[in-house]
Amino acid sequence: MARDAATDRAAAQPAADIATYLARHDRKDLLRFVTCGSVDDGKSTLIGRLLYDTQLIAEDQLAALDADSRRFGTQNGALDFALLVDGLAAEREQGITIDVAYRFLRTDRRKFIVADCPGHEQYTRNMATGASTAQLAVVLVDARKGLLTQTRRHSYIVALLGIRHVVLAVNKMDLVDYSQARFAEIVAAYRDLAALLGIAEVTAIPLSALLGDNLTARGEGTPWYDGPTLLEHLESVAIADSVREGPFRLPVQWVNRPDQNFRGFAGTLAQGRVRVGEEVVVLPSARRSRVARVLGPNGDVDSAVAGEAVTLTLNDEIDVSRGDVLAAASAPPEVADQFACHLLWLGEQPLLPGRPYWLKLGTRTVVATVTEIKHRVDVNTQEHLAAKRLALNEVGVCNLSLDQPVAFESYARCRELGGCILIDRQSHATVGAGFLDFALRRAQNIHWQHLDVDRQARALIKGQTPRCLWFTGLSGSGKSTIANQVERRLLASGYHTYLLDGDNVRHGLNRDLGFTAEDRVENIRRVAEVARLMVDAGLIVLVSFISPFRSERRLARDLFAPGEFVEVFVDTPLELCEQRDPKGLYRKARSGEIRNFTGIDSPYELPEAPELHLRTAEAAVDDLAGEVIAAATRAG
Amino acid sequence: MATPSHLDRLEAESIHIFREVAAEFRRPVMMYSIGKDSSVLLHLLLKAFAPARPPIPLLHIDTGWKFREMIAFRDRRAAETGVELLRHTNPEGLREGVNPITHGAAVHTDIMKTQALKQALDKHGFDAAIGGARRDEEKSRAKERIFSFRTAQHRWDPKNQRPELWNLYNGRVHPGESVRVFPLSNWTELDIWLYIQREGIEVVPLYFAAERPVVERDGALIMVDDERLPLRPGEVPQRRRVRFRTLGCYPLTGAVESQADTLEAVIAEMVAARTSERQGRVIDHDPAASMEKKKQEGYF
Repeated sequence: MARDAATDRAAAQPAADIATYLARHDRKDLLRFVTCGSVDDGKSTLIGRLLYDTQLIAEDQLAALDADSRRFGTQNGALDFALLVDGLAAEREQGITIDVAYRFLRTDRRKFIVADCPGHEQYTRNMATGASTAQLAVVLVDARKGLLTQTRRHSYIVALLGIRHVVLAVNKMDLVDYSQARFAEIVAAYRDLAALLGIAEVTAIPLSALLGDNLTARGEGTPWYDGPTLLEHLESVAIADSVREGPFRLPVQWVNRPDQNFRGFAGTLAQGRVRVGEEVVVLPSARRSRVARVLGPNGDVDSAVAGEAVTLTLNDEIDVSRGDVLAAASAPPEVADQFACHLLWLGEQPLLPGRPYWLKLGTRTVVATVTEIKHRVDVNTQEHLAAKRLALNEVGVCNLSLDQPVAFESYARCRELGGCILIDRQSHATVGAGFLDFALRRAQNIHWQHLDVDRQARALIKGQTPRCLWFTGLSGSGKSTIANQVERRLLASGYHTYLLDGDNVRHGLNRDLGFTAEDRVENIRRVAEVARLMVDAGLIVLVSFISPFRSERRLARDLFAPGEFVEVFVDTPLELCEQRDPKGLYRKARSGEIRNFTGIDSPYELPEAPELHLRTAEAAVDDLAGEVIAAATRAG
Repeated sequence: MATPSHLDRLEAESIHIFREVAAEFRRPVMMYSIGKDSSVLLHLLLKAFAPARPPIPLLHIDTGWKFREMIAFRDRRAAETGVELLRHTNPEGLREGVNPITHGAAVHTDIMKTQALKQALDKHGFDAAIGGARRDEEKSRAKERIFSFRTAQHRWDPKNQRPELWNLYNGRVHPGESVRVFPLSNWTELDIWLYIQREGIEVVPLYFAAERPVVERDGALIMVDDERLPLRPGEVPQRRRVRFRTLGCYPLTGAVESQADTLEAVIAEMVAARTSERQGRVIDHDPAASMEKKKQEGYF
């Protein structure tokens, strides 16, 4: 058994031997693993115990653990190893794990980074965070309870993330009298599940994390078990480094251009090996060149391999930017803008098909919409269910449409070019994890089939219902303020909008018009026609015009299909408008400097049946804008 | 060609993170605290953008109570590397003479570090601040993301962190919001020292044992770095052979007795140590979960 810290101490004296020690240390490889399973299966205890047994707990930490065990512990004052790994105050109070904690172990043979994951369903997204960087998963099962819903869910996520090695740790064996039959029963049930999920390698170990049986030392209670202890297995399991195989791919992170003489493309190699002189292709532009230099962290090298952070220079001056992929010209990856994918939803708000999100794949960020949810997968039972949306922690098989083509690999082949995240454009939260399966030709994606380019097609590509929001009201009533906020918020949510403002239009399109009655009508006619063209183009158009006469507003309304025109009456008492007088116009009108001013010497005809009636004296701008947004984004 | 070693992988991951920060943020900065982790960060920063000069400036929050050797080291390294160095001291704290001796560790740390940091981030409008914290240091740090989101009030919400999958980092923020970035998240203290040794990175000499004037106070060895440290009745500075495992404000940083005056000896001592590095930090001995609380309030 390896008690590295102990041998470290011996080896480290005297300091003269340190060089040997260091050389040995640097050659150790690293295994990243995740522990998962249900609440109370003993994950935190298992890791705490591993830390304790490998003697990586310092004396001051041990003293703190002792104190904490008395205060918060669940072991009647004895050392509660779980407290070593539950870091947040809320977690210690509630005795649960909310977020993943990363722990570090080392033995004579390997270094380990352990991601200790929460078991509760509501924290599945944190479990996925921890598992995404792991090469191996330790799935804990309570020997008394057997496989639980959480066991199935976590195993599904482990399989979805493509973790090939699973250790089934049947814990709390001491509480079932170390029953071999019980162990065999659980292992058989789990092997069925693993086969269903496509997990190829399962190693089952009977354990008691609390007592330390088969953790780092052989347990006396399980003489019938002749396999490795958990630590022995973790130290010796062979982890294939598959990304080092295959033709090279480098997502460009950063263009390094200190002066005219150097133009390098920096990034981390996602797959394969790149060599000086090799022919490369830039995707998606498909331009070609050859590698002139490969710069590693210490300068020029002949070649570099997956996982290394490098900077390449090319023989030719071709256009390459962040987000492009440099790839072996002999075997380039596919380029596409439509995909079939698995999607794990991480957002509090559900995934809505048609709503645009940012998608980050490698170093490229594009706009993406889910065009169709083929089905939802019940992660607890693996059943396929029909779904119109995906809620937090749900998984769906979806069709994805991007606003521009990207180079990619299937996730199964290469995580770096097949795994993507979705980011909400309004909240900026990370709301989805995508696993690209394969590219769809447009013809395969029925939503895009047989659509001539008409107003429906233009609207569909924008994922919205086009509308004209017509803001009418006195000068100074707050039309522009509300319209501006509405547009800003719509844009942030991914809607395509345009704001036509009275003053601005009069500076350009309508600069030949004055304020006579005829000119006012012509002013409105032109603006309404422009708005109609824009609605035809699929936009949500906001028109902010005083438009005081019913007949003019009627003229505008008649240009649109039923439901497309939304009249928004911004109702502010004249006294208030005059008091605000943001442009000083009322003062000028009162003093006679301006003639025909609405509300002073020209009438404002109240709307009779506006779709929205905003009383600005009674509500905050934010709320009023919210009302307009609700009307603007109503489906159909 | 040999397989990349553990340190090679850590180095590559950190460089990747630096480059993502440069590419995704409008105005990033790197916190430079002059300690060993900062020395490693600076080394990686230079590597990530070589042969260009790093597009990210350094920021040092100067409490006015750092060891003199630290300040000299900081100014020399900034000049040698040519990286822009910004400094900030809380002007109100300075005016009111806030110090660790009469105000205590908690008040001093809050006003001269946490508040000062927030002032500096606001003043320059930084949307990303890179720090040298590691997950092996402390419990709440073990839970933190590599890109760790902060509200416009610089608050961390540990119960609602953004998911962070693979090496895909989300750098999207609204105006005023920011992200704290930790390129050394997956390094351990041992990795830091091994890398310093491998790369020949220079660190402040205070990490190595030498005869220094110290007083023993509340179980800690405090170095009398200048005349501002008032001696208690009966206290006489003694010259003892000591070194520091972490560096901060000198009245708050305990030394350890040591003979380790070379890098190799320091590593040997660290490998054999039975105490964690933060033990020498007076500020960490506040009640349980204090680091989590300080971090929520904006401390790095």
